[in-house]
Amino acid sequence: MSILVDEDTRVIVQGITGGEGKFHTEQMMEYGTNIVAGAVPGKGGQEVNGVPVYDTVEEAAREHDADASVIFVPPAFAADAIFEALDAPLDFVVAITEGIPTQDMAKVNKRLSEVDTRLQGPNCPGIITPGETKLGILPGNIFSPGNVGLVSRSGTLTYQVVNNLTERGIGQTTAIGIGGDPIIGTSFIDSLALFEADPETEVVVMFGEIGGEDEEEAAEFIANEMDTPVVGFIAGRTAPPGKRMGHAGAIVSGSGTGTAESKIQALNDAGVPVGDTPNEVADHVEELL
Amino acid sequence: MRLHEYQAKSVFADAGIPTPPSTLATTVDEAVEAAEEIGYPVAIKAQVHVGGRGKAGGIKLAEDGGEAREAADAILGMDLKGYTVDSVLVEGAVDFVDELYVGVTMDRGAGKAVTMVSRKGGVDIEAVAEEDPDAIAREHIDPAFGQHPFQARKVVYDADIPGEVSSDVTKVLSTLYRLWEDTDASDAEINPLMVTSDGDVVAADAVLNVDDDALFRHPDLEAFEEESFEDDLERKASEYGFDYVRLHGNVGIIGNGAGLVMTTLDLVDYFGGEPANFLDIGGGAKAERVTNALDMVFSDPNVDTVVFNIFGGITRGDEVAKGINEALESLEEIPKPVVVRLAGTNATEGREILNTELVQTEETLEDAVQRAIENAAEVTNE
Repeated sequence: MSILVDEDTRVIVQGITGGEGKFHTEQMMEYGTNIVAGAVPGKGGQEVNGVPVYDTVEEAAREHDADASVIFVPPAFAADAIFEALDAPLDFVVAITEGIPTQDMAKVNKRLSEVDTRLQGPNCPGIITPGETKLGILPGNIFSPGNVGLVSRSGTLTYQVVNNLTERGIGQTTAIGIGGDPIIGTSFIDSLALFEADPETEVVVMFGEIGGEDEEEAAEFIANEMDTPVVGFIAGRTAPPGKRMGHAGAIVSGSGTGTAESKIQALNDAGVPVGDTPNEVADHVEELL
Repeated sequence: MRLHEYQAKSVFADAGIPTPPSTLATTVDEAVEAAEEIGYPVAIKAQVHVGGRGKAGGIKLAEDGGEAREAADAILGMDLKGYTVDSVLVEGAVDFVDELYVGVTMDRGAGKAVTMVSRKGGVDIEAVAEEDPDAIAREHIDPAFGQHPFQARKVVYDADIPGEVSSDVTKVLSTLYRLWEDTDASDAEINPLMVTSDGDVVAADAVLNVDDDALFRHPDLEAFEEESFEDDLERKASEYGFDYVRLHGNVGIIGNGAGLVMTTLDLVDYFGGEPANFLDIGGGAKAERVTNALDMVFSDPNVDTVVFNIFGGITRGDEVAKGINEALESLEEIPKPVVVRLAGTNATEGREILNTELVQTEETLEDAVQRAIENAAEVTNE
């Protein structure tokens, strides 16, 4: 079992003719992802890696009965690409693009409340169900099928812990990168609820970081709604206030909200063990399995 | 990007928000000259991105030329919470009877803007929010429509703003929201919005923080960017296109991916060291980026050692290793010991390629961080 995507998911790549889009389309197809079409305005009729390209997402979805898309479109045009995917309509949209203006995402967020489509990201590495499919840029080779669900605001940090888990022979149901931006489509709570409903996910690892209050809200959800045990990790304990630590959303406010301490405390209060190091996270997972 | 007060004020004034007469000065003579021109009393205000400037001695009132000279001399060049003051804003002091607060910010949890108005201006508004949250009236704005005129009126009424100035405050808030939207701001704030004895409102301070990710569509704001840096290394990082934050320790840190770099900083701290910086070189790092990153970190005089933490995902460990070799072989000498930890895709091949005469290598993140801390301790003891 898995959440959100599996080997039957039919995927469109938006921005398939760009450098990133082309490279990752090949990588995804090699992994087994069912890429059925590409969509790039003005490039209709072309082919990329044997995949037909259409001018609009709507046409690509109609011709190939697609249900999802992955967006590799530059930041200035990415919000428009998301609106187009919502309009098609697709069931599931993964926005990889980093650097979309926050006010653009506020408008997207408003539209999301009116449609049935789920957005993941932006500024995220995507989603992988090991052995079946991946939508995004996650390196397939480090993942393996198993019973741990992963949800994270950070890509490489997730890879680090996956590596620690793999070395101990522990695999994953699905890993979802929700993204490092202040306004995102799929939240920690959305992801945790999906893992809670998945009978094969035995433990969930949640990677949070400084900024916002999503981790605090997730902690409350875990305490009230979840039976599946959760292990936590919070990055940014040493981040100074007022500085953006790489991710647009990773910032402790001048008044001291969004700190690592507050998030760790909230998770501990919800009964969630929080690792001090990535290796400790793997220790906790191993104990709980 | 965080604008200085004088920059934000010029944007606000251009949009029609009343501001006191003011002039930027970088020398004591300029400051006195500006004060004479504006007329006393004046406020002399340090232009640095530090909260609580007044309490820290960065804002002084002057009643005459002698006091202006004394104040400018005290503030220019002073160290304000770690920042050197290079310029002051000389501003006509406002004869006020009341201090209000007006602000617009992105409520990330709600995914939309929130406007805020309060009678408790002139103090730290975040403290007010904490201690007396009802003293701040709030109104969320639908991003699809923008601020309806009634919403601006409503939040002003909700804040119990006195009737004599309520329409002026409403007008300021309408302008402030429009500016917030037009400049892709994350925060636009006036604290205090002073009410004068004549019953006018004047913006005595101005905050405008613009979304870095939206600067591409605001060429008009680019001129402010150069002056908004307060640290030469942060300016350099911006030129190289790195996400970089300077801290105060001696262990330099380079890695890929924001979460992993933050975690590396946290581990340095966890094992008893002090991180000197956050530097994310991003995905698919080529030799040139590696060279630039090392150049950045080596040029920080506080740094005694560097830890390079790379987790190869799509990026291959052998390519990163080649980049590190090229970068270090091009230097005449390695100024500070470098510890490299490569993991993930092709990490084994990478470790074989790494020139171990130039770098120390470790297999795990924990070992690499501890090795760097030992290096730093040795340098400190020398």
